[in-house]
Amino acid sequence: MANIQFQGVQRVFKQNRKEFVALKDIDLVVQDREFVVIVGPSGCGKTTCMRMAAGLEHPTGGHVRVDNEIVTRPGPDRAVVFQAFALFPWKTVWDNIEFGLKSIGVEAVERKRRIEQYIALMGLGGYEQAYPHQLSGGMQQRVAIARAYVLDPKVLLMDEPFGALDAQTRVVMQEELVRLARKNPRTVLFITHAVEEAVYLADRIVVMSRRPGTIREIIDVKSVREREGWDEHKRIEDVMDLPSFVHLRTHVWKLLREQQGDDAH
Amino acid sequence: MIAAPLPAARFWRLSIAGAVSFLAVWSIAALSGITSREFLPAPWDVVDRFGQLLVQPFAGFVLHEHLLSSLKRFAMGFCLAVAIGIPLGLLMAWFRWVDRIVSPAFEAVRFVAPIAWVPFAALWFGTGIGGPVLIIFMGAFPPVLINTYRGAQQVDRKYIEAAQMLGASAFRSMTQVLLPAAVPSIVAGLRISAGLGWQSLVGAELIVASSGVGYLMVKGQAAVSTATVMSGMLAIGLVGLLIDVLLRRAQMAIERRRGI
Repeated sequence: MANIQFQGVQRVFKQNRKEFVALKDIDLVVQDREFVVIVGPSGCGKTTCMRMAAGLEHPTGGHVRVDNEIVTRPGPDRAVVFQAFALFPWKTVWDNIEFGLKSIGVEAVERKRRIEQYIALMGLGGYEQAYPHQLSGGMQQRVAIARAYVLDPKVLLMDEPFGALDAQTRVVMQEELVRLARKNPRTVLFITHAVEEAVYLADRIVVMSRRPGTIREIIDVKSVREREGWDEHKRIEDVMDLPSFVHLRTHVWKLLREQQGDDAH
Repeated sequence: MIAAPLPAARFWRLSIAGAVSFLAVWSIAALSGITSREFLPAPWDVVDRFGQLLVQPFAGFVLHEHLLSSLKRFAMGFCLAVAIGIPLGLLMAWFRWVDRIVSPAFEAVRFVAPIAWVPFAALWFGTGIGGPVLIIFMGAFPPVLINTYRGAQQVDRKYIEAAQMLGASAFRSMTQVLLPAAVPSIVAGLRISAGLGWQSLVGAELIVASSGVGYLMVKGQAAVSTATVMSGMLAIGLVGLLIDVLLRRAQMAIERRRGI
């Protein structure tokens, strides 16, 4: 059982002696092996939520727990995939993936076995000795995903991992992530502002609103997906054409659109 | 505004023209009789003397033996500066309290010219190896420390966060992430440091040594042999240039590997 719990989480920033509430009353449980996607407009605090689960930031009220333990600092049981990849430019693909395994003291034979497994799984064969700058953005993010998965973490945290990729690469990566997630289900908290990505990837979608950042609605996608047999379709565009997909997408869009109205004033 | 780079042919023409005019002015001044040839030897006199010093011992040794003994001192002082400067700079960037302890003393000392340590070097070490090493260290240490510290401070947070979430200990984060991420800045610091260290060395040897290029120059002065003194200057210049070229090669190799 590896779950993520947000219990009455609040985050207050101080700016020029004025307090402003970035997150308020966040209550959310990501169940074991559940893929939860948080969508929301920029500035709603969704990235802050992820960073608090990672231990890179801390709530000013309430608690974030992973596996019932209060998160205090970053650790390899909560692997993060960053939008900006954050691969080590001075290390090869192989060494980047190996870094975490060495940090947690996995022995050499086992390291090699696991790295080879994820290099094959992420389609990185032949690039083991390449440096990050020699790879395309999509390939770099594959390395970052492999680097996180290879640690066999309790939970995976992904902060707009495909945000920096071009549209075609993005679609391929989304399909591969779905394939990976179905084959090897993990507890995942995934942040994005792309609605279709959220509907395509999620078991549940958490829609956030801003000022202050709160949870507006939680939508169950998994039951729809299983009922309507989305997984029988290999390609993302076929899934996106299904009426049940369109319906959910429009629903999320409307929730986000209502908030954007606030900006018009 | 920074001017655009010159075409290669023009670049070399101008460089050669500059060097030739320098030698021409020097030759004319030497030949004009304004001063005696003893005070200002002509370029070919210096080259001649340089050749002689390579085969005939002066002040106890031939020129390359003097150079070797200078390089040994330099290597010791420089390595000491690197061995202390890099770890200390990393610690200062990682732990704020280390920064707070080290900074005041360091800021107070770093504006004292290395040559100002000569009296202490002489008192503490006499003519032993310690004196020159201390002076070289004083010249080479500040750039290593400053560049390591600033380079480490400017490392993108995302690399540190990645290291932490991948389970790296503080030691591993510092040696495997902070250090390599700061390497371009550190190598730039090493170039400055080697230059200052090499300069200070000669200053040190002028006063507290019984071998080395600086010592050779003092003895040259005592013998009123300006050609000897200038041969020493030539040797210092050439070796300094060589050290800088080697470090610049290293710097370029590192940057190429990173795709900078």
